[in-house]
Amino acid sequence: MINQIYSNKGDKLKGRQLPIMYSSREHSFFTISGNLATQTPQAVGWAMASAIKGDSRIAATWVGEGSTAEGDFHSACTFASVYNAPVILNVINNQWAISSFSGFAGAERTTFANRAVGYGLAGLRIDGNDALAVYAATQWAAERARSNKGPTLIEHFTYRAEGHSTSDDPTAYRSAQEREEWPLGDPVNRLKKHLIALGEWSEEQHAKMDEECAQQVKAATKEAEKNGILGHGLHHPFRTMFQDVYEDLPWHLEEQAKQAKREREIKWPGEEPWS
Amino acid sequence: MSGTKTKATGAPETGSGETTERRLNMIEAINDALDIMLQRDDDVIVMGEDVGYFGGVFRCTAGLQQKHGRTRVFDTPISECGIIGVAVGMGAYGLRPVPEIQFADYIYPGLDQLISEAARLRYRSATEYIAPMTVRSPFGGGIFGGQTHSQSPEAIFTHVAGLKTVIPATPYDAKGLLISSIEDNDPVIFFEPKRIYNGPFSGYYDKPVKAWKTHPDSVVPEGYYKIPLGKARHVTEGDQLTVLTYGTMVHVAEAVCADKGVDAEILDLRTLVPLDIEAIEKSVEKTGRCMIVHEATRTSGFGAELSALVTERCFYHLEAPVERVTGFDTPYPHSLEWAYFPGPVRIGDAIDNLLKD
Repeated sequence: MINQIYSNKGDKLKGRQLPIMYSSREHSFFTISGNLATQTPQAVGWAMASAIKGDSRIAATWVGEGSTAEGDFHSACTFASVYNAPVILNVINNQWAISSFSGFAGAERTTFANRAVGYGLAGLRIDGNDALAVYAATQWAAERARSNKGPTLIEHFTYRAEGHSTSDDPTAYRSAQEREEWPLGDPVNRLKKHLIALGEWSEEQHAKMDEECAQQVKAATKEAEKNGILGHGLHHPFRTMFQDVYEDLPWHLEEQAKQAKREREIKWPGEEPWS
Repeated sequence: MSGTKTKATGAPETGSGETTERRLNMIEAINDALDIMLQRDDDVIVMGEDVGYFGGVFRCTAGLQQKHGRTRVFDTPISECGIIGVAVGMGAYGLRPVPEIQFADYIYPGLDQLISEAARLRYRSATEYIAPMTVRSPFGGGIFGGQTHSQSPEAIFTHVAGLKTVIPATPYDAKGLLISSIEDNDPVIFFEPKRIYNGPFSGYYDKPVKAWKTHPDSVVPEGYYKIPLGKARHVTEGDQLTVLTYGTMVHVAEAVCADKGVDAEILDLRTLVPLDIEAIEKSVEKTGRCMIVHEATRTSGFGAELSALVTERCFYHLEAPVERVTGFDTPYPHSLEWAYFPGPVRIGDAIDNLLKD
């Protein structure tokens, strides 16, 4: 996963995608493109295909509340409803789409869960910072989908504490203390407290787990850095730029690949070979 | 037919070694291809607005739902974005969807799903997921369809890395190319020239309409056969000039060349991406003159690409500047359709220009 973030020579996506746009067919994890809400009708289509083939597998997709304004989301809800597709449509309402508050997606008039009503879908609105609520709602929706009772739209009401990305500064558009004033708390802390109250967990265990996770990420990062980091060499071979555009390389790409090869020899003489 | 030597496609390989003299129009040929592919491959599904119960506004899917069932052939909501979007998901699952967009003019709401999703899925997932869909859509004018039922937007798609664009011009080709497109593992835009669904059109709008049954390429054998993508067809062989064209304009160009007594070599490109550059080079090198004919608007049309390729690759063989005959850069007019259409007069002028020295 960290190889993918670095777009290095160990990245199984061959350095072609922005960070965290993972893909893992092995885990039934579909790669999103980075365009907005396009994954929603695709998930419905996947679910329709599963139903067409008499498969028991279901699809789930996630979209931010801001992107529900896209036509694709409307298409997804319509198709899910019309074909009773075994799909869960999750809306992560974290209240901020970069600098635009959820009102720009219509949140001042109604909830996102309420959208379900107009399509005749089941709609749930849950505390997205309550891990148990998320689990229960998802399990309920999955069961519904599996037993052919239809699609469910779940609004996860939550809060984006950090910026949209590492290049975003939220203090430029919202109050600096808003994050502290958010009443529903950090979901990991809440689950921790709950488990401690049940006697199933302790502060010590939690601290240990935190440390282990941090170490694991650190170690993986160090390991991945051996494969290079973006912009500092050690990418996939140049010829991969032209691969997978089509199943077979057409003549025009073959010609362009020759030009790229020539340029490489001039721009980076002596570097790793073309293929 | 002075000057042109029409080359019939001839008896195709069917695998069984037998051919049947059966004449179909383009609609029937397309229907036949879909029927065969639905039968051969359980992963093929056909969907679109009005394609199921009704059988399509042009009847291309008539009878298919009755034969193959409602889970294989079905109607969709009026949402091109949704149709292409779910087709991407179905492709990722492992199906081979054949969505129909009722008119090419309606395809624009689906562009994001085509350009950013279907066309890029293989690349961005490093082959983990593909979008092996064939988007069928009737395109082009000549039927008094006005601005929203007449457009030829092929150049929008040829500009997109990862898409293939296929345009048949005869019933025989429509069937073989559609089967190839459906079996292709890349997303294919399959534009059907609707003006010639029922008969080849000469471009002389005031003359009686011909039916396909008198045309040699309306002989469509039964059963499975393929025409490879990326291979042009020689409509006529000739020495005076090369005509690069596709779709309806193949027939218009052929009629005009015949009427003018020009010994033209007409290439029906059949596939725009990937393009049969070899056939183009060979022909232009032989004739030294090249006319490109398409119905789409001129600026940044596919003719611009063809003209650039011919100029780059055959410049020293050219005896005259390349001529482009196209639609005008206006919205497709309704009442002035025949003033807009690149018909015999416009093509005739281009031929005269090419041959004047």
